[in-house]
Amino acid sequence: MTRMSSFARAPEREYLVDAAGDPDFAAIRALPEFVALRRRLARFAAVATVAFLLWYLTYVVLAAYATEFMGTRVFGNVTVGLLLGLSQFASTVLIMVLYSRFARRRLDPEVAALRERAGVAAP
Amino acid sequence: MNGDPLLNSAIFGVVVVATLFMVYRVSGNSTTADYYAAGGGFSGGQNGLALSGDYLSAASFLGIAGAIAVQGYDGFLYSIGFLVAWLIPLLLLAERVRNVGRFTMGDVLSFRMRQRPVRAAAANATLVISAFYLLAQMAGAGVLVALLLDVRSTGGQALVIVGVGAIMILYVLIGGMRGTTWVQIIKAGLLLVCVLMLSVFILGRFGFSMSNLLDRAARNNPLGEAVFSPGARYGESGTSKLDFVSLALALVLGAGALPHVLMRFYTVPDARQARRSVVSAIWAMVLFYLATLVIGYGAGAIVGSRAIQDAPGAENSAVPLLAFEVGGPVLLALVAAVAFTTILAVVAGLTLTASASFAHDVYANVIKRGAPEPGAEMRVARVTAVVIGCLAILGGILALGQNVASLVALAFALAASANLPTILYTLFWRRFNTAGSLASIYGGLGSCLLLIVFSPVFSGTSTSIVEDVDFHLFPLSNPGIVSIPLSFLLGFLGTIFSKERSDVTRSEQLEVRSVTGIGA
Repeated sequence: MTRMSSFARAPEREYLVDAAGDPDFAAIRALPEFVALRRRLARFAAVATVAFLLWYLTYVVLAAYATEFMGTRVFGNVTVGLLLGLSQFASTVLIMVLYSRFARRRLDPEVAALRERAGVAAP
Repeated sequence: MNGDPLLNSAIFGVVVVATLFMVYRVSGNSTTADYYAAGGGFSGGQNGLALSGDYLSAASFLGIAGAIAVQGYDGFLYSIGFLVAWLIPLLLLAERVRNVGRFTMGDVLSFRMRQRPVRAAAANATLVISAFYLLAQMAGAGVLVALLLDVRSTGGQALVIVGVGAIMILYVLIGGMRGTTWVQIIKAGLLLVCVLMLSVFILGRFGFSMSNLLDRAARNNPLGEAVFSPGARYGESGTSKLDFVSLALALVLGAGALPHVLMRFYTVPDARQARRSVVSAIWAMVLFYLATLVIGYGAGAIVGSRAIQDAPGAENSAVPLLAFEVGGPVLLALVAAVAFTTILAVVAGLTLTASASFAHDVYANVIKRGAPEPGAEMRVARVTAVVIGCLAILGGILALGQNVASLVALAFALAASANLPTILYTLFWRRFNTAGSLASIYGGLGSCLLLIVFSPVFSGTSTSIVEDVDFHLFPLSNPGIVSIPLSFLLGFLGTIFSKERSDVTRSEQLEVRSVTGIGA
């Protein structure tokens, strides 16, 4: 049913299936929508990965080589090191939330559309 | 410690009987898809809890809190590495691994390569990494037993390791992935409730002021206020600092490449649920590692670091001592039971992964070339689980009393060296080929193992596995900083120096499939 409706909506688009009825991977890969989707995903993943790795390694290097700075008191007995450590927790949660939102809004609908055109039921 | 071994054993017995009964009820292992991946029938939330259950070993629970109690801030560095590491599976691996493979890491690595050599390599890496991890857990079980059940003789501890191994084999044989996953879920739930209750209780004692808690922790520690900043453990010399950076690198890059973590992504129906698994797992671990910070400093403040170091089991005894101090023998017994369930669940997960890799990659695809007789693969998987279980028991007994705490960190270094570069290249570099795969798996695995053998972990210091002979040539106890980049380099060189062209059809298929799940 869903196939029919999408066909009716976009008659100029052919199904992405080969003669045997299997998904036509070469055709899908060449599709501008797929290329854009793949690029968008790769860009987000690469930027987020590099960012969190650099941030984590900065923290690690500070912990190893700048112990006095890490021991500076901010308030009470709470030190810079403790706050930076907790900020690693915060940044992890932040990246996780951002990625989930990005995936839900920008990836999942596109993936669903491609799957439908390739004759695969929505997950 | 004045815990009651009888009470501890009774509560532990109840937990074992209850989980075994549950494993029996949910089991249903007629097919390989059931046995390896629970038919893909878990939800993201359930699998997320199970992931954290697989990941939070007794080393995390007892080891990190103990390290914070005794060494202060340096113990906390572990927590951060273990947690931050989960962004790699979230951003790069979970969804793609789910989309591309079916049961094992070998499925992904061999997807567009020559099947037999790459599958064999993936299985070798899986078996070595799981063996390291398994050995650490089994030997840890011995130490825990000494501590909690007051079994002090070596014979008695060996007997308990046999018991732990036997229960673990039962979980795997009866329950397969479905039963094992439920054990992980229950264990993770128990563990989270336990640490959260403990930390609220501790904070309550100090008027919910972290600063007061820290103040007392410093006063009860000979290191004094040095416990508020890094350096107590790793700050000694240039080598120890570099060793710490190497460890941190291995932790952050290794977690997502652990075979038993990767295999968890197949127990959910699709990539979206795999993503949700990681998200729930991260939430659970944020709570857990925040709690270890409070519990660690709390143990230092309430029990005192000297009393912890004098207790049998030293750092590992911090949490049990603390539990006894704040909640008497009953709370101690509960903590003991949670720690035992933790070990049981983790070793069951590891055994299942190793047996799946052998049966699915080596037996079905390398030996039988992808066409095993019906039912044979399952039989092989079950026999392998028993064999691995027995080897783990034996290894655990031999490793009793050895310094095995760092074995877990070494398993991370091995995973980051042998698996991560190969997985990333397979997924993201079109030209990557069989020669490159083999170079990076065997190069990473081999260099990492070699550096371990010639490291101070193995020989030359009072805490080494071989104390009397000194053949350590490599100064760092964690080889990650050398072997991880080396493996990336070898994968690259292996690819560009081989004439082999990558399989275009399979590459296209992999690209489409990893992003969309079409064809999975």
